[in-house]
Formats: sequence, C-alpha cells, structure tokens
Amino acid sequence: MQSEHKEIITKERFLDLFEKNRALLTKNDTALLAGTREKAIATFARLGFPDTSLETWNLTSLEESFNRGYDYYLRPSEEVDVQKVFRCNIPHLDTAVIGQLNGWYVSKDVPLMELGNGIIMGSLAEARKKYPQLIEKYFGTVADDAGDGFTALNTAFAQDGVFIYVPDNVKSPKPVQLINVIHHDENIFLQSRNLIVVGANAKLSLVHCDDSYNHQASFSNIVTEIHVGEHGVMDHYKLQNLNNNSTLISSVFFRLEDSASLESHYISLNGGLLRNNIRVRFNAPHGRANIYGLYLMDRKQHVDNQVFIDHAYPDCTSSETFKGILDENARAIFNGHVLVRRDAVKTDARQSNKNILLTDTARVNSKPFLEIYNDDVKCSHGSTTGQIDQESMFYLRQRGIGEETARMLLMFAFADEIVTRIDIPQLRQRIEDMVKKRLQGELQICEQCVLHCSTPEHPVEFQIDLSKI
Amino acid sequence: MESQANKILDEVTQGDYKYGFVTDIDTEFAPVGLSEDTIHYISAKKNEPAFMLEFRLKAYRHWLTMSQPKWAHLNISPINFQEIIFYAAPKKKKELSSLDEVDPELLATFNKLGISLDEQKKLAGVAGVAVDAVIDSVSVKTTFSETLSKHGIIFCSFSEAVQNHPDLVKQYMGSVVPYTDNYFAALNSAVFSDGSFCYIPKGVRCPMELSTYFRINAANTGQFERTLIVAEEGAYVSYMEGCTAPQRDENQLHAAIVEIVAMKDASVKYSTVQNWYPGDKNGLGGIYNFVTKRGICKGSNSKISWTQVETGSAITWKYPSCILLGDHSVGEFYSVAVTNNHQQADTGTKMMHLGKNTRSTIISKGISAGQSNNSYRGLVRISKNAVNSRNYSQCDSLLLGARCGAHTYPYIQVDNKSSIVEHEATTSKISEDQLFYCQQRGISNESAIGLIVNGYAKEVLKQLPMEFAVEAQKLLSISLEGSVG
Amino acid sequence: MLLQIKNLHAGINGKEILRGVDLEVNAGEVHAIMGPNGTGKSTLASVIAGREVFDVTAGEIFYKGKDLQKLSIEDRAREGIFLGFQYPVEIPGVSITNFMRTAVNEVRKFKGLDPLPAGEFLRLMEEKKQLVEITSNLTNRSVNEGFSGGEKKKNEIFQMAMLEPTLAILDETDSGLDIDALRIVANGVNKLRRPDNAFVVITHYQRLLDYIVPDFVHVLFEGKIVKSGGKELALELEEKGYDWIKKEQE
Repeated sequence: MQSEHKEIITKERFLDLFEKNRALLTKNDTALLAGTREKAIATFARLGFPDTSLETWNLTSLEESFNRGYDYYLRPSEEVDVQKVFRCNIPHLDTAVIGQLNGWYVSKDVPLMELGNGIIMGSLAEARKKYPQLIEKYFGTVADDAGDGFTALNTAFAQDGVFIYVPDNVKSPKPVQLINVIHHDENIFLQSRNLIVVGANAKLSLVHCDDSYNHQASFSNIVTEIHVGEHGVMDHYKLQNLNNNSTLISSVFFRLEDSASLESHYISLNGGLLRNNIRVRFNAPHGRANIYGLYLMDRKQHVDNQVFIDHAYPDCTSSETFKGILDENARAIFNGHVLVRRDAVKTDARQSNKNILLTDTARVNSKPFLEIYNDDVKCSHGSTTGQIDQESMFYLRQRGIGEETARMLLMFAFADEIVTRIDIPQLRQRIEDMVKKRLQGELQICEQCVLHCSTPEHPVEFQIDLSKI
Repeated sequence: MESQANKILDEVTQGDYKYGFVTDIDTEFAPVGLSEDTIHYISAKKNEPAFMLEFRLKAYRHWLTMSQPKWAHLNISPINFQEIIFYAAPKKKKELSSLDEVDPELLATFNKLGISLDEQKKLAGVAGVAVDAVIDSVSVKTTFSETLSKHGIIFCSFSEAVQNHPDLVKQYMGSVVPYTDNYFAALNSAVFSDGSFCYIPKGVRCPMELSTYFRINAANTGQFERTLIVAEEGAYVSYMEGCTAPQRDENQLHAAIVEIVAMKDASVKYSTVQNWYPGDKNGLGGIYNFVTKRGICKGSNSKISWTQVETGSAITWKYPSCILLGDHSVGEFYSVAVTNNHQQADTGTKMMHLGKNTRSTIISKGISAGQSNNSYRGLVRISKNAVNSRNYSQCDSLLLGARCGAHTYPYIQVDNKSSIVEHEATTSKISEDQLFYCQQRGISNESAIGLIVNGYAKEVLKQLPMEFAVEAQKLLSISLEGSVG
Repeated sequence: MLLQIKNLHAGINGKEILRGVDLEVNAGEVHAIMGPNGTGKSTLASVIAGREVFDVTAGEIFYKGKDLQKLSIEDRAREGIFLGFQYPVEIPGVSITNFMRTAVNEVRKFKGLDPLPAGEFLRLMEEKKQLVEITSNLTNRSVNEGFSGGEKKKNEIFQMAMLEPTLAILDETDSGLDIDALRIVANGVNKLRRPDNAFVVITHYQRLLDYIVPDFVHVLFEGKIVKSGGKELALELEEKGYDWIKKEQE
C-alpha cells in the first residue's frame, strides 16, 4: 500500500500506516536508526498531533487543514522533467541547485554528488545507503522528537530529503539553493527530512525555498536538522511562497558548537497556513545566532512563528527580529522564547517583534517570552503593533508624495530592515523585488505562477522606482 | 569585588520578618474542613439574607467541578482543603459602639503593626486615613465611617454592607469577578467571610484615603476576604490595602477577591502593599496568596489604576486587571514584586480594551533574589471595536544573585489597525560599575543595593499615596537589607 | 497675493489653539512670526500644510487664490507649499535619495513634466547639497535617521532647495543649531529668495533674523496676531521680552 487517497489526517491513520509499512520504512536503517524510528513512533503514539489545548498551538488550529483529506505516498512518483519544474532559480545567482518534488529528492544525473573538496550533497535516502556511519552520527540528534508530535512523526517516517555535508575547514564556494516544489493533481500530505552538517571551521550558505506549483491543497511536515561545528558559519535563508490552500509545518533545528555562527532569515510571502518552528540550541560557549523574519500576509493567510533559543552555555549571543505586515483577514503569531539556563552567564539575548496592521480584520498575537535563571545576562525584548506611522506619512505627503506612494514607501522601508540583512547581493535584490511586488499585490515567481498575480486587465504600475541609485 | 558583592547580597537577602508575632486572643473557629455545612455555618454566623447563602452554595458547587490551575510558573504543594479552618473570628465580648470598646489586645496588635484605629491620631501629619481593620475572618473596626457618611460615602465591612445595603451588594457582587471566573474566585465566593465595602456616590470626591488592613492571626486558617468598590459617575476614591501574618511553619491560604466598578468619569486608585509572611530562608511556611482583582471601567472617561508592591507571601498568584469597556477609559498597572529565598511570584495584569480610544499603561518591576522565581505575566488585548486604543507596557527584571529566576510572559493581541501597542522589557543585574561608583562616593554596598533597588522601583513607588510610599520604600530596602525577609 | 489667511480658528481634540489669525503674504516677502511657547506658531504652520490632526473650525486660507482647505496635504505641497519641520521625523529604511527622487518626480508629474532622468537628478542633488554645505554622505542615509539636530535642519533646507517651493514656512528652523549651522541654514534660505517666492519664518528668538532679514514681523500670542511691524519689532521684542506683550494684552 503506497498511497491512501484523500483521507483526513489522524493519528490512527499514521500509526496504522507505520505498522503496515515497517519493513519498507526501515529497509536501509542501521540498527541505531531503526531504534530511533521505533522510539519516534512510540513518541508520536503518545503525543499525537498537537491541538489548541497546547500553549504553543493555542492560536493555530489545524482542524480545517486536517479535514481537507490528503494522499500520502511512501514512494516517489514517476520521473518528472526536472528542468520544467524548477524554474525558480534566482537570476545571476551562481548556486548549486538541488531540488525536491513533493518531499522527494530529484535529480537529472546522480542522486548524491561528491565534490572534490569533500562536500557531499544530495538525497538523504541515498546517503543513508552510502554513508550509514555519517548519517548515524547526526541523524535525529539535533531534532527533538519529544517536543512535538510532528517532529516525531517525521522521524518515524523519514525516507528522503536533502543531505549536505561540508567537511571541516571547507568553505562552500557558492550558496546551495534547495528548492522544494509541491506539485500533485490531488491533495497531498508530504514529509521530508533534511540533514545539514557544517563541520568545524566550515561555511555554508543555504537558500531553502518552499514553493507551490498549482492551487491544489497540500500539507507539508518538513524537518530540517542543522549541525554547525566549532567556528562553523551557517547562512540560512528560508523563502516561503506557497499557495493559499497549503499548510506547512516547517521545523528547523539548529545546534551550534563552540564559536559557531548562524544567520537565519525567514521570508514568508505567501501561504495558507505557515508554521515555522525555529529552535536553536547553543551546545557550547561563544555561539552567535541572529534570526530574522519577515512576513507579508493577506486574505485569510495565517503565519505562526515559534522561535525557541536555548542558551545552555555561557557567552552566547542571540537575536530575534521579526516584522510583519498584515492585510485583510490575515493573522500573525509570534512566539519567541528565550531560555537562559543557570550556568549560561554572559548571555546576550534580544527579541523584537513589530507588526503593521492594515485593516481592522487583520490580527496579531505577539508573545516575546523570556525565561531567565541567572543574573549575569543582558536580555531585552520589545513588541510593537500598530499602523503606519502617521508622523512619517505627513512628512512624506508634505514633500508632495501621494498618499498611496507614501504608504508603499513606508511599508517597504519597514520590510527593508530585514531584507537588508540578506548577505548574498543577488538574493537580496531578488527578495527586494519580491517584497515590492508583494506589497503592490502582484507577486509571481514563475511564468506558471498561480499566486495572487496581477491580471492582464489590471496591470500594476510601479509608481516608485525603488532601485538604489 | 565579585565575591564581596555576593557576600553582601547573601547578607542582605536573608533577613527576618518583623510582623511574625502572634496575638493571644480568644478566637472562635468553624469546624475544620470544607463542605456545604461549612458554608451554612459561615452564612449563619453572619446572619446573612437568603441570596447570600444561595450565592455561596452556587459558587461552592461550581468550585467542586473545577481543578487548580497549573499554567503559572509556580511550584505549589498540594492544598488539602479539609485541613483548613475557613472561619476564625476574635470572640466579641459585647456589641462595640466606640473605639474604647475594641478588645485592647486587638488595638495593641494593630498599633504594633503601625495601624492606628484611633480617629484622633493623624498619620504623619497627613489628613486622616479611614481604616477597615480585618483580622482573620472578620472586620473588627472601621474608622471615620461617620465622617464619610456625611458625604454620602459608604465605607464599612462587607458584612455590614450585606446587612445595611443588601441591594447594592446584590447588584454589584460578582458582577466583575463572577464565581465561575477561576478556581480561587469560586472558592472565595463560597467561603468569604468579610472584607471592605465602599460606595462613592455621584460626583463625590472622597475626602480621605480609604484603607483596609488585613491580618491573619489564627493558625491553620485561611483568609478569604472580598472587597467591593463602586464609584458612581464622576466620583473619585483612593484606596489602600495592607496585610501581614504571623510566622508559622505551615503554609496558610489567602484567596481574596477585589471588584471595582467605575462609572462615567469616575476614577479609582487602588494601592496594595502586600507583606504576608513569606516563609523562612529554607522555604518553610508562608502564605499562599491567590488573589483575583479586577476592575471594570464601565462608563466613558472612567479610570482604574492599580499600584502594588508585593514583597511577602511564599507564593503570589495575582493579576489585577482592567476591563476597559467605556470609551476613552483608562487602565493602569504599576507593580513592584520582590521575591527572595524560596519565594515564588507569578503576577501581572490583563488589560482588556473593548471601548474606543481606551488607553492602558503597564509598568512592572520584578526583583528576584536568593533562589526565588519571579514571573511577570500580562495580557494586553485590543478588540476589534476598541479603535484608536493605546497600550504601553514596560516590564523590567532585576536579578540579585545567580540562583534566582526572572521570567516575562507578555501576551499581546491586537485586532484592529488603528491601535498601537508597545511592549518593552529588559533584564539586568546591579552592575559592578554601579556598585563601584557608589562605593567610591563612600556608600556601603549594602546601602548602595538599597538605593539602586529603590531607584529602579521609583516609577512605581511614586504612584503610591504618600502614607504608603514611605512604608513601601522602607519595606523594599529592608526586605533586601536584612531585617525583613 | 500669495497667501491670505482670514479669521482662522483651529484646534486639536476640541481644544482651540488658533483664535482668529489674519495674515497676508505677497511674493518676494519674508515674514517672521514670533511669540512665546505654546501660542500656536507650530499649529499655524501645520494647518497651512494641511495636517489632519488639527481641525479648522472657522476662517479661510487662500493660496494663489485657491481655497487651501479643499486640497490634500500632497497637493498643497505640489502647489509649492513647503514646511520646514521643527522636529523632522526619522524614517528608517527610506534613503534620502530615493525619498527626494520620489518627491521631485511626483511634483513634476503634477505639473505635467516628465520624470527627471537619473543622471540629471543626481547632478541636481550635488548642486543643492553644496548650497547647504552638505559634504558628507548624508544623502545615502535614511531620512533623518541618526542625524544630529544640525544635520536634520540642514536636510530640511536641502529638501527645500530641491523642491523650489513658492511659499516656504520654516518652523523654528533655528532651534538647536549652533552658530555655524545657523549661518549655513540662513545662507541657504537667502540664496533661494526670489521675487516670485515668499518665506514665513517662525522663530522664538531674534537671533535668526540677523541672518534672514524679514520684511515684516508678527507677534502671535494666545492664538492671535496681536502686533505687526517691520524688522525693528523683533529687536524691540528681544529687548523687552514677551512679558511686554503679555502686559499689553492685559
């Protein structure tokens, strides 16, 4: 049994599915991994799917999403024309592009690339066969199954996804662009599991895109584990541009070793229900993590960013900067949690969440939460929600700038604080452009785009030239 | 330097409680434990009208269906309600008609606590303060009632209000905090024994500060008092509340309710200096302080302002809140919460913006020392119809010592575009630089900590009425200096 | 006549601030409006610019013969009214270049002109920067963000030079300026004076008027212009102080 048609999502369905397909799922497991899987399914049996009775889920109900019914596959669909699907690359950006279709790794040539500098990149399923020891060392050690039913389920069913290994002292010469496209004729539930290992003194830039290809409903449960070794550097970009019928549960777990450095950028431009679980653990002293988020939501879109930063060791610095613009009936949730443990002295942790509401039907919930168990810390958080600053509006209009243009200029400026943090110039330009289009209400990514496009009858004119001169 | 500062911190954070004495008075008790019989007993003791008994029984039956809330950042040892005495009252010799007839032991007790029940004595040169003195389950004396009644103000014990103003009690009791509100509110509604009642008629500005002083004296008892303040259109009152308890090894339960109703243009200022016995250095004993305080700004332009200085109790669970229903109404919450040794506090506020152009301000200063945990928990909710509303919140934490915890749980919900909500928070410790600076000017580290802590809390302390501000300031210094824990 | 204000009453949240202001300004003139704090000087400037938080309860404002109250904030600006702010707001994320380019081109569009080509625009920027002696990279920074008081005021004059208004109202442009910055700002204004434009300079002190010599001085007190005269009135005020006006009013 490879697929289950249009069934609603329940705990029982997946427990049953696991029982019936244990042999298939564990086929390439080492003993250790098989054990991890068994433990995970037991955890999932205990936790089930989260519901609104849990404090971290109380504002995000999945009931409607669950009840849409989805197909689920334990094998990838037949070969697709990769070139046709993956048109979403960023112009002039020299990246190594790797792709996933419905959670499965796809490639034209080889499923696993081994580059001259020792970098391994490709299918996780393939890597499990080829490098069982390496996978065993990291897989399931960064993610926390006990914290969330979705993660446990993902671990139990983990089959494919992307594996990237950057050995010690190797700096990846170009950014890796990981494109995850959802394309299916029926509603689909998909899971994928990514494992990224950045060695000591190593460096990796990863651009991780979640895109839809059509209007079909989808439910994704994606877990990514990222280990950054001593003095390692990770630049992480998460771009989300999904259709309005999509539900995405994205859980990214970062583990930072001594003096490791992380920059992570979450740019959410579209999606039905987006849930980002972002968990950072400082596993040794002197780490640094800056997490940025920008969400531009309208209609009935729902974005829920849950950031947990675990300061378990001394001398680590973290910041969370999340900004959002909410239009129509959109809803945004920010739940930042900084935990400073007893011995984590000289911790410096900052949280900031700023929102602009454009209508009286848009909603924001913000909970910047600090939990501190030691006195030698510098922690702060701030949250503001309101409308576009009226002082600034007056100033711009007094200079002869029309009301609409002034509003657009200020919204773009508001978003710019996040966009400007993007280190890859071509990517920054691309995102700037996308943000601008999004704010103008005419975002599209590909020619085939089905998202909230400008219609030929109502072409959107750019009133401002925002290009930097 | 570091170790010296630590040593001083140890010294200053391990003081003793100076209100821990017990008064030997003849007390009558309800039978131990809780059942419908207990409620009948209390109601009969107080000679209550039928509607009161009915209210209590409804609350009790509802309470039976509830369980103790677990969401707070608190570690609460189980409470055995069958071991608590729910009613304890000093035995009356006869009906009292003047101050001279109050049991001299009781007078002495309040004098010892610094509370004057003598109307002739004015506090520190300030205009009189009317006091309702509550010991264990009953009010023993309310001063200045007659003076106040000339202005049409009713200020008396809750029991008296039930007898003399049953219509007002019936109208407002439970209107802001219904008995279904939460576990401890239901319990209080079932067994509350006394408290204060205050009614300010239309257009009257209360000429003096009103205050209630709560004292737990008897052992194994719980105190369940209930305060109701109604300010009619255009009225103003400033109300203060203080509390202490003897030093005992077992925990004692205090579950109170305060309800405030402010009509159009009315303004109510409610100040608390909470100094219940916090338990000893090892966390033994102390009061469990589970309080529901809430006010409703019913009319337009009304205002409710809460100020609290929380230094006592083993556990504090308390969120004085404002429902801003009237357009242009204002809610304020100013709080200093100090925890030391093994104390735990989970306190904050809720600002519910329902009316248009409503405004709220939250200033919270948490100070944690020893092995204590101090949490700020606050909700700001701007509903869709509360257009053009504003909230500003600032909640800061100061940590003294490496083994304490300070936590901030702000919940912010905004449902319209024209409102602005701002929240800021910082966590810090007293810096070596600050201490060194003071030291260089010849100030001992001990005084320096007192100075810095008071400076840190100043924004809140300045909100207190003068009579209280002095007391609170002293309390803050000494709670960290060594004479009070 | 460029600007004509008749019996203007205006206020905020039901509180009346302007209580019957009359003022006439012709092209080629410089007017100074002086007065103690809180008498409505900034309110007058804001009301002319069309700030929406103020309500005009009575009176009329004509500009180039048009009823100003019928125009939006930006249309007033496009018609040539420039307000130099006392406290210019910081706008993070909007570069001055982008901001000015948008403003200049929107004003041009209003006048039926094509947008200025990028090269020409940049040349214009350079030229006007020199006028107010801006040497730094000010123009690549966000509008007013992190500017010192002097930089903010210079930036206001720079923007005025870029937009070439017909009527410029400078609200306490001298406040918070050291003597060098004051001279630069005043020089900028003087260089922009032409027979076809006019300036209304709002100031608390006479100091600025040593550099920008007014044709007329008005004293605004409790929401009304209570005294008008030539530039010597400013000197008299400096000497006698505002108490003199207060006493005269009593």
